[in-house]
Formats: sequence, structure tokens, C-alpha cells
Amino acid sequence: MDEIDQMTERVAEERREGNTRIPSGCAICGYFSRSGRALPATDAVDAMSYMHDRSNGLGGGFAGYGIYPDFPDHYAFHVFYDNDRAREETEAFLKVRFDISNMERIPTRKVYGIKGAPLIWRYFGKLQPEIMAHTELDEEEYVCRSVIHINTKIKGAYVFSSGKNMGVFKGVGYPEDVGEYYCLGDYKGYCWTAHGRYPTNTPGWWGGAHPFNILDYTVVHNGEISSYDANRRFMEMYGYKCTLLTDTEVITYIIDYLHRKRKLTLPDVAKVIAPPFWEQIERMEPKEREKLTTLRNMYASLLITGPFSIILGYSGGMMALNDRLKLRSMVAAEKDDVTYVASEECAIRSICPEPTRTWSPAGGEPVIVELDKENGR
Amino acid sequence: MIDYIQPDYEVVRNKELCIKCKVCVRQCANKVHMYDEKRDVLYVDNSKCVNCHRCVTLCPAKALKIVKTDHCFKPSANYTEDIIKDIYRQADTGGVLLSSMGTPKSYPVYWDKILLNASQVTNPSIDPLREPMEIRTYLGKKPEEIRYLPDGSIEAEKYSNLELKVPIMFSAMSYGSISKNAHLALAKAAETLGTFYNTGEGGLHEDLYKYGPNTIVQVASGRFGVHPAYLGAGAAIEIKIGQGAKPGIGGHLPGSKIGPEVSRTRMIPMGTDAISPAPHHDIYSIEDLRQLVYSLKEATDYKKPVIVKIAAVHNVAAIASGIARSGADIIAIDGFRGGTGAAPTRIRDNVGIPIELALAAVDTRLREEGIRNSVGIVVGGSVRTSGDVVKAIALGADAVYIATPALLAIGCHLCRSCHAGRCNWGIATQVPELVQRLNPEVAARRLVNLVSAWAHEIKEIMGGMGINSIEALRGNRLMLRGVGMTQKELDILGIKHAGE
Repeated sequence: MDEIDQMTERVAEERREGNTRIPSGCAICGYFSRSGRALPATDAVDAMSYMHDRSNGLGGGFAGYGIYPDFPDHYAFHVFYDNDRAREETEAFLKVRFDISNMERIPTRKVYGIKGAPLIWRYFGKLQPEIMAHTELDEEEYVCRSVIHINTKIKGAYVFSSGKNMGVFKGVGYPEDVGEYYCLGDYKGYCWTAHGRYPTNTPGWWGGAHPFNILDYTVVHNGEISSYDANRRFMEMYGYKCTLLTDTEVITYIIDYLHRKRKLTLPDVAKVIAPPFWEQIERMEPKEREKLTTLRNMYASLLITGPFSIILGYSGGMMALNDRLKLRSMVAAEKDDVTYVASEECAIRSICPEPTRTWSPAGGEPVIVELDKENGR
Repeated sequence: MIDYIQPDYEVVRNKELCIKCKVCVRQCANKVHMYDEKRDVLYVDNSKCVNCHRCVTLCPAKALKIVKTDHCFKPSANYTEDIIKDIYRQADTGGVLLSSMGTPKSYPVYWDKILLNASQVTNPSIDPLREPMEIRTYLGKKPEEIRYLPDGSIEAEKYSNLELKVPIMFSAMSYGSISKNAHLALAKAAETLGTFYNTGEGGLHEDLYKYGPNTIVQVASGRFGVHPAYLGAGAAIEIKIGQGAKPGIGGHLPGSKIGPEVSRTRMIPMGTDAISPAPHHDIYSIEDLRQLVYSLKEATDYKKPVIVKIAAVHNVAAIASGIARSGADIIAIDGFRGGTGAAPTRIRDNVGIPIELALAAVDTRLREEGIRNSVGIVVGGSVRTSGDVVKAIALGADAVYIATPALLAIGCHLCRSCHAGRCNWGIATQVPELVQRLNPEVAARRLVNLVSAWAHEIKEIMGGMGINSIEALRGNRLMLRGVGMTQKELDILGIKHAGE
């Protein structure tokens, strides 16, 4: 689609994410091979189709890990452009900072039900050594800020995936249509997460679909958190800019802050986001009690209330987490080396008819799976 | 000399109901009611009535009521009755006008222009009768970083915090300005509720040391009753820089209130006026404040959080930022509608800014500077209901201070005559016969009732918003909407207008 037909499809600016806060319900699913086997993306597409009614055609997306074995150490930037001017500006920005080994339009095919697509490009690049020599930031922080710069300063450009050996594919439409649009049958990876969106108004901006990504973190999320502004205002103290005004965005930033910057372990991140009640903490062993009291007290503003189920993807791992009251459905299952998580059990059974174990993780209890040690990260 | 001032109120006695039991005569410390034995009639001197309802409430025949007089001046929207009378009063005496309790002037009450959110469909409300609803709050500085030890446990800087079972504390009222029984009631209630009361600047009566774990001891510019045991007795120490009802000035407790016990507690001679100076004479700058904060921490082994209390004034955000960097653990901000036992009328009615705006400005500034987590924020100065508490926390406060509602709970009728020292309800007085009218047990129970009721209401409101932990409400301004405000007011409060 070029700029001419986009003129009629262009979403009213004020209805974009960032100009208005849009609550939404959703379907999520994810699966992870601990042995690092390359699993097909089509399973995620199939699983999502079984939860069709949990989406309303206004957003779907997928994140895959281990999908770019040819460029394992390059940052893979996936970018939406409204027009070529935004692309040229972004490419100029990237080329100053990164050695770009490969750039191309992401392959797509025409699919009934997918419309209003922006220009979609991807770039594989490594940070230029002289940049690292001159910056006070570490590499990840530099890349993170570059992405935020493009997304907030270059009009019409939006980086929606920026990790290494992983990628996000998302758009406006039902998830199964989005999967077909991006030709996901051509991709394989050790971990896939997926999202179907049910927003309560009509945003229709591709950047607003999920998964939400920063560096190699991706978050798919179902729910509407009531603590949003408390969380957002705390995160903005630490240099994060919540431009999309979505729950998923702030949850991703919280995880990035706690896990990458503050070096908390993921189980502890889960305990900050969805802590046990004080009454439960009081009944714990003294050591555990002290730890949880400290964590809950120091990161009080990062506690998330309201219903949510999230699947976090990261290099080498996946974590699923429910809010502490379990106000959103989420089921987990295991078979052989693969762990599955989904909003509904039917989605899991559609791609793994006979799991060895299925269970419903309790509120606040994370399900964490990582690559077996010998497979490394 | 001709008295130009006519009474504000008239006592109306229903003669058919009156049984001439003379309770009114005995109860009125202002000597409004009198009995003429010869004629067997009860009569009144309306000019002494402060409209405290003591006689009305205790009249067994319900024969009394107090009405505002309809005697009037020629009406003027400019020279109102209040202004005319104040001018007469000053012409009579040549003195500074004194008043008590919060300003009665009709300044905007922003709490009443803010509306709260509730969940519908897209996210469920939570029923506090069925689900845990957490309102426990920790007040004080939080650590910035944690370190993992090899065994998986964590290590972080430890800062002393106050643990509040409810995010409501009783704000500073000194022994001297209020009675010992009132203090005792506050102390007992704070203990039962798992919160704190505040000694104010008058020291701590020796009988109340046992409530120390629920006591905040105040250090004000007069340093009345401040000694090592006093500092050691409380759970936290509050440096009082200012008070919302009278920013920029000190306090004055008349010698008539300094009886033997107040004298001993305050460590000043009996009958002398207790005058606390306008500034602390060892704090002339922010770096001096830092020295006092650390002196107090040294004196108490860094075991107690230090609160710095300031009045809400124009530059409050910058002042609070300075305080946050001075080593204080908690900042208490007192709005200009807050109460007082005695303040110069013109100061009370004209100086300071509303607490809602001050709170929003301070919370925003501390976040902009990235130091909100290094200090707790407590606000007071006309927090009147649980609705106000929820709004204050959503604007960014950790907890609130209440005083006027606490006094109302134990019998105060807001007659605003505390400075006269003849409180018929035994609260703002040191006259033994009046003090004994206040039963500390009953009063404590009423305080517990009040705060428990508010706690229930807070949980109910939070549940409606789909929030089950007070942390998630704090600073959650998206839960607030303004009505009938200018864009500037909304910007300062950091909230949207209703409908947005």
C-alpha cells in the first residue's frame, strides 16, 4: 500500500495510542522449548484462531525468539513507517549509529481483512564501536534510548521490535490474519508468544497492537490495570516515557526497569508486580518475610492491581504471570520439553492435544521457563 | 464605654418545655445562662454565647436552641457584618484579632471539585467484603537499590519507616492547647487503630509515655518539653516549621492555661505565657534544617524517622524539594484551611494556599526530580471525610493528618472559641472542672469508630475502582476528574476534566 491509498485509511490522529487511553480485553498464548528446538510460528497462529472471539479484529501480533539464526548478534529493528520521508529520516538516524548489515521490507502477502498497513521494514545492525567509545551508557541502554528517540521524535516512524535474534510481527486485524499477512509459516523459533486484541474503541493504529517490545523483552497482556497512573508516574521518574498510554507499555517498562536495570531476578520481579498480601507475608518465615516486606515497600508504586495475565518473552526465557486475585483466566501446560501458556485451555489443546500436565497458575505465582543450561542463551 | 457589638446568637428557650432544672446554668462556662431565685426565672446573656451547643445538648427537656440573630446592619456586600464587628473590636482594644479553628471564609474547596472513578465492564470492581483490601502504609524513605547475597536473600539500606494500619494519623495538637483527657483519648485511639497521634509542641505528659509506640513527638520553635527522654519516647520526631492556619508565625499559649501539669510538661514556670517564636532560631536556612534533622537522628540513634512539617505556602514545591534533600524521612504539609487553637484572624484568613494544590505541586515536583521515593508525604489542613482521604492519596499523598474531624468526634461543636480557654466540652481548656467532662475512654472509642468507618469507606471506594492495595491508588491521578475548574487549576492538580 502506498501513500495515496493510505490517505483514506489513515486513522484519525487523536484516536491513536498515546492520544487517548484505550482499555482492552484480549487473548494471549505462548510456548517455549526448553531444549531450544525451533518451533513453528504456525502453532501460535492456529492456537489464536481457537480464541477468535476473544479478539475483535482490531489488533493481533506475535513475537518469536531464535528466529534470525543468520544474524544472532545483530539488533533486529522492525519499523512501521507512515511514509518514505519518515523512513529516510529513520534510516539516516540508524546509519550514523549502527553498522547495518541487512535492510529490507518485511515480506508480507495480501490477506482479506488486513488493511491500513504502513510501510514495514527491518534492519539488522550492530552498534558502531566509536559510538560505544564515546557514550557513558551501556550498549543496551543506548539502543533503548535510540528506539525511544525514533518513536517520539521522528514523526511517522515507529520501531516495534528491537531485540537480538527475535522479532515482533503485529498489525490491525485478527491474529490469524496478521500471522498469514506476515508469512509466519516461514519462521521458526524456540519461543513464540501471541496476542489478539479486543480494544473498547477503534484505534486501528498498527503500532498500538501487541506484543509490546523494548530490546529483547516482549510483553503480551490481557487485562485492564487499575493502578496504571500510579505505575506510570513512578516509571516516568526513571526516564521512561509512556507515550502509548497502554497498560502493556507500562508493564514492559516496569519489567525492563526491575529486571535489566535493577537486576532483580524474575521471581522477585513477579513479587513486586503481584505481591502476596501483607497477611500472607506476615505468616512467612522470617527471612522470606523480610525480603518481601523490603521489596513490597521499596517498589510499592510498581504493584499492579486490576485484572491482568501477561506473558513476558526474553532471550532464553519466558514468564507468565496473573494478577494476585487471578481476575483473568490463564492456563499452563507441559509436554516433553515444551511449556504452553494461554488464556484458554482449548488454545493449548489445539496445538498439543495431550499435554502431560495442565494447571491453572495461582494469582501472583509466575510460571518461568528458561533454556536448559547446555543450550546457553 | 458604649459596646457597639451586638450578640451573634440568641438562646431561645421554650418555656413550656423548660423544667428549670438549671443544667444550662451549671454547664455553661461562659455564663450565658443565669437563674434569678427571687423571680424563679432563667434568663440569658446572649452576648456571651459562642454557640457551642453544650446547653442545647444536655438540656433534658430539649427546651433550648441557638439561632443566629436576625438583628442586622444595613446590608452591604463589601462591608459585611464580620468586617464591621472586627473593626469595632479593634477600636475597643487596640489588639490583634484572635480566632480558632480553620478559616470560615468561602475559599474554594478543591476536594469538592474532584470526582472519583469506578470500574465498569472492562475491569471488575472488587468487593471488599469478599476480597482482601489492603490499606496498610509505610511512611518514610525507601531504599534505592538491593543487592543479592549468595544465598538468594537480599540486602538493602534500612530506613526507619512508620507502619500505619490506616493511612490516617491524628495531627499535632499540643497539651496546653487541648486538655490532657483529649490527649489521652487520641493516644488510646491511635494505639487501637495502629496509627499515630502527634504531641504538638507542648511536650508529652508523663502519664502518656506508655503510648510512645503510637506517638509522634514534635519539636517546635519554642522547644517546650523537649528533652532526651521525650525524643526517645515517640515512634517518630516531627520538626514543626509551620502550621497551615498560621504560616510564618509562632504560637502563643496564654499564662492562664499554664497550670502545674502543663508547666511541668512544658518545662516553663506556671502562669507564664508560652510563646514559640516565628522561626526556629537555629534554622535560618535549609542547611540549618539539615543540621537539626541530623541532630535529632543522632540523639535517637537513627532509629526514628524525622518528619518536617511545613505550612502550604506559595513556593511549597521548591521548599519540599529542599526538605527532601535535607535528610528528612517524611514531609508533612498543612493546608491553609487547617485548624488551630489560636491564631491571628488576619493570618488565618489570608495566608497560605489550599492543601490540594500544594500537595499536587509537591508530588509533581518530587517526581520530576526523581526523589519522590526518598520521602513520605503526609497532608493535613482540612481533610474532612474519607472521600478527601482517597482524593489526597490519589493526588500523591502517602497518608493524611486529621485534627478537626478528630475533635468533632469527641464532642467539639466547632464554635471556634478555643482561644478563650473555656471549652464546655472539656477539649480546648485546662480548667479542671471542664476537663473532667471529657471521658477519655468514651472519647477514644468515638475516635476509633470514626477512623474505622473511614477505613471501611476507603476500602469500598478502592474496591469500586478495582484497586485492592493502597499503593496502587497513591499518585494514581487518572482516578480523579475535575468539575468546574479552569484549565490552570486542572494542570496544577495534574488531572483531567470530567468527560475527558
